[in-house]
Amino acid sequence: MSEPILTLSDVTVAFDALKAVDGVSLTVPRGQRRAIIGPNGAGKTTLFNAIAGAHPPTSGKIRFNGHDVSRLPPHRRAQLGISRTFQITNLFPTLSVQDNMMLALRGLKPKKFSLFGSPDPDDNEAVRIAAALNAARIAGRAEIIVKEMSYGEQRQLEIAIALVTTPTMLLLDEPAAGLSPSERSMIAEVIRSLDPAITVILIEHDMDLALGLVDYVTCMFEGRVLVEEPPEGIRRNAKVREVYLGKPRHA
Amino acid sequence: MTQPVSKNSILAGMTGRALVIAGLVVIVAACLPMVLSSYQVGLATEVLIFGVLAMSIDILAGFAGRTSLGHGAIFGVSTYVVVYATGQAGLSLWTGFALGVLAATAVASVFALLAVRTSGVYFLLLTLALGMIVWGVCLRWTQVTGGENGMRADVRPAILMSHSAFYWAVLTGAVIVSFAMWRFVRSPFGLTLRGIRDSESRMRSLGYNVPLHLFIGFTVSGIFAGVAGGLYAMFNNFVSPSTVALAQSVEGVLMMIAGGVGTLFGAFVGAAAIIVLENIVSSYTERWLMVLGITFVLIMIFAPEGIIGKLRAITSRKAR
Repeated sequence: MSEPILTLSDVTVAFDALKAVDGVSLTVPRGQRRAIIGPNGAGKTTLFNAIAGAHPPTSGKIRFNGHDVSRLPPHRRAQLGISRTFQITNLFPTLSVQDNMMLALRGLKPKKFSLFGSPDPDDNEAVRIAAALNAARIAGRAEIIVKEMSYGEQRQLEIAIALVTTPTMLLLDEPAAGLSPSERSMIAEVIRSLDPAITVILIEHDMDLALGLVDYVTCMFEGRVLVEEPPEGIRRNAKVREVYLGKPRHA
Repeated sequence: MTQPVSKNSILAGMTGRALVIAGLVVIVAACLPMVLSSYQVGLATEVLIFGVLAMSIDILAGFAGRTSLGHGAIFGVSTYVVVYATGQAGLSLWTGFALGVLAATAVASVFALLAVRTSGVYFLLLTLALGMIVWGVCLRWTQVTGGENGMRADVRPAILMSHSAFYWAVLTGAVIVSFAMWRFVRSPFGLTLRGIRDSESRMRSLGYNVPLHLFIGFTVSGIFAGVAGGLYAMFNNFVSPSTVALAQSVEGVLMMIAGGVGTLFGAFVGAAAIIVLENIVSSYTERWLMVLGITFVLIMIFAPEGIIGKLRAITSRKAR
């Protein structure tokens, strides 16, 4: 069996006295679809920030694809192949979809410093942008200004931006938050048809959506891992029900 | 729909229609000395010079979302250096001009170092304060700058003595510099400035060093302001602290706003509107500043996107 792509050992992220993530150990095999679920405040997004580098862990180790990334800044982790989307849409609203993709693609390339170069993408860039837009099901929308797109399309663009750098691991932070049911099923379709070689970790509140997409689920509660199981087990797990719905009370 | 002229040429991305319009504008501008009086040709020259200054401010304001109130000082430093180099130091015009642009670039990079970590009103105030320092130095350092009396020098070479010849020289310079600025804002680097304007946090997470990009953007904009300042030295053959004063920066910003923030070439329209207004109205009344003020209020109410911005909005509405 090959080495897991992501290993967290005893990762803690503390904000002063508050341990938002408290001693989490986690192993994700290559190519797996993994969901991280848990009630509000369980530490899911903080854990994402620890993995992507926005908030490096206070203690513990993170290994990604054979590298110790525990202390690397976000852009170095991005270079190694970690890509993420944000819970709150964060795009370039007055630029076209194409320009959004170009900025995403060139963030780690020296071409971003070309002061008087041509604005057009070169052939390689054009191919990668087309592939990412296609994967996110917004091919043909390249010329649209982002603020004129629907919210659902903007979420799809978030995913396209994360994909255009051809990551080996994709972190999706509530990709379907705030979407209508039909937009949700579109996002689910996009995630389901991602290249199987990409490891996907997603945070999602919509259990039906999340459980239908993944191979394995980690449920967090108060900064710790509560249960790790395949989706079928999670549906029936009493502990998971308890943290979501509260302890059953008997009269 | 208009198609790009050719994908990989130096004009990449310029539509055929835009190319025709640009060509026509330059031809008309080149013909002006044949119909205008020499006084009016002088005004037209001034419009071109201040248009370049306003354009250099637009690089930051319209594309990076940072309005500078220090560009008049950067412009004026170049004017001072060119006048000093060709007069007091007795250097050739070319050397003096190069030194002027270099000095402006150096001053801009110092401004940039201090200002790039700020935005909004803090950026405005910081650049304003830095400009005031330059003004103070020019006023007080009398041995070099001549203090309040300023300095005079015959900067303009004999060949450019006539109003028309000098106008054509400035027009050539303005066309080259405008083209360079147009290329700059559309380049991959220019796109990063627009990205910073839209979302700094996203730029950071994509791996961009935001302050570094703003530093480079500010410095390059300073080069262009320096070119305008050098041309102004040739135009005026004289420099005094009013050239680096806050009023100069404010005028540049107002020209840019009148033309349209983020339209780049609108800078020339704004410069023309303000300079013509100043000169025409001031020949009728001493209260020309009041007329200028009212004009600004009207522009802000009826065309907050500027003259060119408004025209663009109208033509695109018609096209629909």
